Amino acid sequence: MIEMRGVNKWFGQFHVLKDIDLRVSKGERIVICGPSGSGKSTLIRCINRLEVHQSGRIAVDGTELTGDLKHIERIRSEVGMVFQHFNLFPHLTVLENCALALVWVRKMPRREAEFVAMRYLDRVHIPEQAAKYPGQLSGGQQQRVAIARSLCMSPRVMLFDEPTSALDPEMIKEVLDVMIELAQEGMTMLVVTHEMGFARTVADRVIFMDDGEIVEEAAPDVFFTRPRSERTKLFLSQILR
Amino acid sequence: MQGNPVSGVSRPRLARAGPLGWVWENLLSSPLNAVLTLLLACLLYLAIPPVLQWVFIDADWLGDGPEACTGGGACWVFVRVRLYQFLYGFYPEDQVWRVNLGFGILIALLLPLLVERVPSKRRIAAFLLLLYPVIGFVLFYGGAFGLPVVETAKWGGLMLTLVLSGIGIVGALPGGVLLALGRRSQMPVVKAVCVAFIELWRGVPLITVLFMASVMLPLFLPEGVSFDKLLRALIGIILFQSAYVAEVVRGGLQAIPRGQYEAAEALGLGYWRSMGLIILPQALKLVIPGIVNTLIALFKDTTLVLIIGLFDLLAVVQAAFTDPKWLGYALEGYLFAALVYWAFCFGMSRYSQHLERKLHTGHRED
Repeated sequence: MIEMRGVNKWFGQFHVLKDIDLRVSKGERIVICGPSGSGKSTLIRCINRLEVHQSGRIAVDGTELTGDLKHIERIRSEVGMVFQHFNLFPHLTVLENCALALVWVRKMPRREAEFVAMRYLDRVHIPEQAAKYPGQLSGGQQQRVAIARSLCMSPRVMLFDEPTSALDPEMIKEVLDVMIELAQEGMTMLVVTHEMGFARTVADRVIFMDDGEIVEEAAPDVFFTRPRSERTKLFLSQILR
Repeated sequence: MQGNPVSGVSRPRLARAGPLGWVWENLLSSPLNAVLTLLLACLLYLAIPPVLQWVFIDADWLGDGPEACTGGGACWVFVRVRLYQFLYGFYPEDQVWRVNLGFGILIALLLPLLVERVPSKRRIAAFLLLLYPVIGFVLFYGGAFGLPVVETAKWGGLMLTLVLSGIGIVGALPGGVLLALGRRSQMPVVKAVCVAFIELWRGVPLITVLFMASVMLPLFLPEGVSFDKLLRALIGIILFQSAYVAEVVRGGLQAIPRGQYEAAEALGLGYWRSMGLIILPQALKLVIPGIVNTLIALFKDTTLVLIIGLFDLLAVVQAAFTDPKWLGYALEGYLFAALVYWAFCFGMSRYSQHLERKLHTGHRED
């Protein structure tokens, strides 16, 4: 589904991604963790080209990401992304947020698009908020709307960029619950998160990144109980208390 | 709370009700305030009655010549007699219904757009932008459907002011938005062209632009080619003001968080849809005060066309009181002009406030 080979990226002099190799097959759930500045967000942002990689090869579903705008827009419409700060459109209602891309990218008639949007709002358990504006919702509700907005496009892959780290503690669960349901339905997911409980229950593979490199890659039970690298051990000792 | 009151702390003052209470609280709350209030009251007493006396009580309203003005106050007869010129300039009187009809249609189209939610808003807007300019041109200028041509040299007064500022606004807004987007473009050539354009036009006074358009431009055009003076002034105003609008809009674009651009991109919306659906609606809403400021300035700056020989409202008023018959009534003329300009500008300002309230959708995220 996703294939990255020898991907390198620099921000100016700073080498953010060093020779990344990663294959994700259909239906896989991958959790990426690591200290801040390790390049984990940049890695998943390269997959829908919010960041441009400078060397190496990235292909999504067989389509390679190059400068070709047509390819980029097609891949973007098939890869859903959920951001740390939700990034809902504050001037549109919840329903309009969700239906927007269906109408303008998929060319669906408005009524049909709103019907689809309602279905996904129902799936993230907030159909009753459809007519409100994002500014009137809590953080957890906003993030669930953001998930519904991505799901409306029926993406083949969902990318989550620290979806719970901007939330108040009591709202984290409602978002994680939605993500777990999504995983159970077989969605291919790449999740950057520090929620190790989520990684344990949902992930097929956990990837640990540090300093722009993939340091360790293992099934969650192995990753948490018998990490091989010293850096992983140090990181786990710091976040698991 | 402890039960025993602390001595020396004054009891909370009782809230006084009614206008007297208001006066006590706001105007006389301390000795200094009381003195200031009294001083100001004296000033107002000295200033206001004479003005009212001049404007209303001693003023002359009826009659048809300067000889009717004997009261010693304002001579509104002057404005009344010259009102036709103030409104229409030298537009032939038997054709003036065309101007009235043109503005009548415009108001009829604008009102439903501005005031209430009407179902077919989009169609009205399309009609206004695509068909109305043709209708307006045919009505005002003529030359079709048996309407005799009225040269633009005969247009004047408030009508000319409104034509200049209306077309100026309609042209400068989209121009400014495009320039602002261009200035933030990733494409180096587009960006360079937009920066150069904005800095060039912003760097020269409007009066120079108008002068160039009316005096210099004809020198460069080949023999026999000439185009309308009003049109030249309009192009000058639109280019000049679009540079200003562009900088205001750019401020709004910069205020939109990067996450909004990214979310739009991540959904697969291309550049123009991202801008049109996500970024611009938010950015423009943010800069409504700045844009309206620019538009009000544009409206008043149209008075500068006076120097290239177009007779807008102010120019007509000035021409009227230099008429030997009406010498000495400049004050009345200027007051009338000021009142008209103020009414339009205040209207724009109020409408923009209404718009800001209407578009407010709760606090922003981030």
